[in-house]
Amino acid sequence: MHGSGHGSKSGGVKMIELKDVRKSFGSLEVLKGVSLTVQKGEVLSVIGGSGSGKSTMLMCINGLEPIQGGQILVDGIDVHARGTDLNKLRQKIGIVFQQWNAFPHLTVLENVMLAPRKVLGKSKREAEEIAVKQLTHVGLGEKLKVYPSKLSGGQQQRMAIARALAMSPDYMLFDEVTSALDPQLVGEVLDTLKMLSEEGMTMILVTHEIRFARDVSDRVAFFHKGLIHEIGAPEQVIGNPQKPETIDFLKSVL
Amino acid sequence: MFETSLTWNDVLFLLQGAGTTLTITFWAVLGGTILGMLFGLARATAPWWLNAPIGFVLDILRSVPLLIQFVLANSFKSILKLNVTAFTVGCVVLALYTAAYCAEIVRGGILAVPPTTRRAARSLGMTYTQDLTNIVFPIALRVALPSWIGLTLGVMKDTALVLWIGIVELLRSSQILVTRLQEPLFILSIAGLIYFLMSFPIARLGARLEKRWREND
Repeated sequence: MHGSGHGSKSGGVKMIELKDVRKSFGSLEVLKGVSLTVQKGEVLSVIGGSGSGKSTMLMCINGLEPIQGGQILVDGIDVHARGTDLNKLRQKIGIVFQQWNAFPHLTVLENVMLAPRKVLGKSKREAEEIAVKQLTHVGLGEKLKVYPSKLSGGQQQRMAIARALAMSPDYMLFDEVTSALDPQLVGEVLDTLKMLSEEGMTMILVTHEIRFARDVSDRVAFFHKGLIHEIGAPEQVIGNPQKPETIDFLKSVL
Repeated sequence: MFETSLTWNDVLFLLQGAGTTLTITFWAVLGGTILGMLFGLARATAPWWLNAPIGFVLDILRSVPLLIQFVLANSFKSILKLNVTAFTVGCVVLALYTAAYCAEIVRGGILAVPPTTRRAARSLGMTYTQDLTNIVFPIALRVALPSWIGLTLGVMKDTALVLWIGIVELLRSSQILVTRLQEPLFILSIAGLIYFLMSFPIARLGARLEKRWREND
């Protein structure tokens, strides 16, 4: 666990808190009371089988999905409370999806410039500066004028990461960002994630890359059937799992 | 040797008819596209209590033959003693007819935008409206354009039906000449050529835009 050095400053608590969160799709309950705290500066990996509720949890954190019970607080703001400005809240929570969702009608540069311009109200010049900086950061400095369709999956995914970073978010959520990629393209995206973690970005990483999770995470959470079964340091959860469900899962994927 | 009694004045007469055809097409497509975009947006996004009645009215406009719509509208105009010309009636009826088809094209275009792409836009903090104007509309436009071009070309030919409410457009003017000169094949060939020359640039423009966008996709 991270020490108390992170977190509260004079402005209030800087962290993501889930308190007994429940979420259903119709009669199917996918989150059955999830509680979790992610401190600023922390990297949390979430592992577990398909359909265990990992991705849904990310959608709930930035309000893309409503919840049926419990509470999610980001920097002390209740995400699902009436009157919460979700558009404003989402500016500090970047999210990258399994499908990279490039905007096909815009160039790589324009993809990244759009939100800073429209949402943050930056001038064209400022937005371009930000976009060039972020795209260079993820290694796409040569592809600014290209349309996304001309990029590989790995490049499009890195573009999506740059697009989220261009909003200068405090938190980044990654939803199985390498699952849809050809195996030989996974490495370049993982390298980008590793770089971000080393820069101190607060990240929640839903992933199937167990070795990578062990490598970059401060903590690992194991999800099973809508609940966190184990959470702790990677050496503990991945290296020395206690619950039979965790042991079974790790056996099946490693 | 080919001989004809067609004079330059007659050709001018035909071109005047062509001008009327173009004018009606212009207003019908302009009005129909604006209305069609509104209706199409409503059909794609509005709740059922708004969606259903709009869909019903559009269904009527699409199922009743255009000729009947022209004649009925023109008769109602006379019955209600509305002070509008047959030309206006023609434009309005054709615009509504165009709107009915355009709405479906627009709806299809909007629904073709993947929900995940829209979710990505919203996750960046964009509002519903920003998502619509910056993401949904541009992508939908690319999907809808080929059908819209087809609709426009169709409407241009459908304008011929306004001759039934007494408007002299290209087809009516060629009929008048045929009756007078008794040279139906020659005159109809010329009329057909004029229709072609009016349609061709629109078709070409569409093909060019499509090609340019496809290079990016």
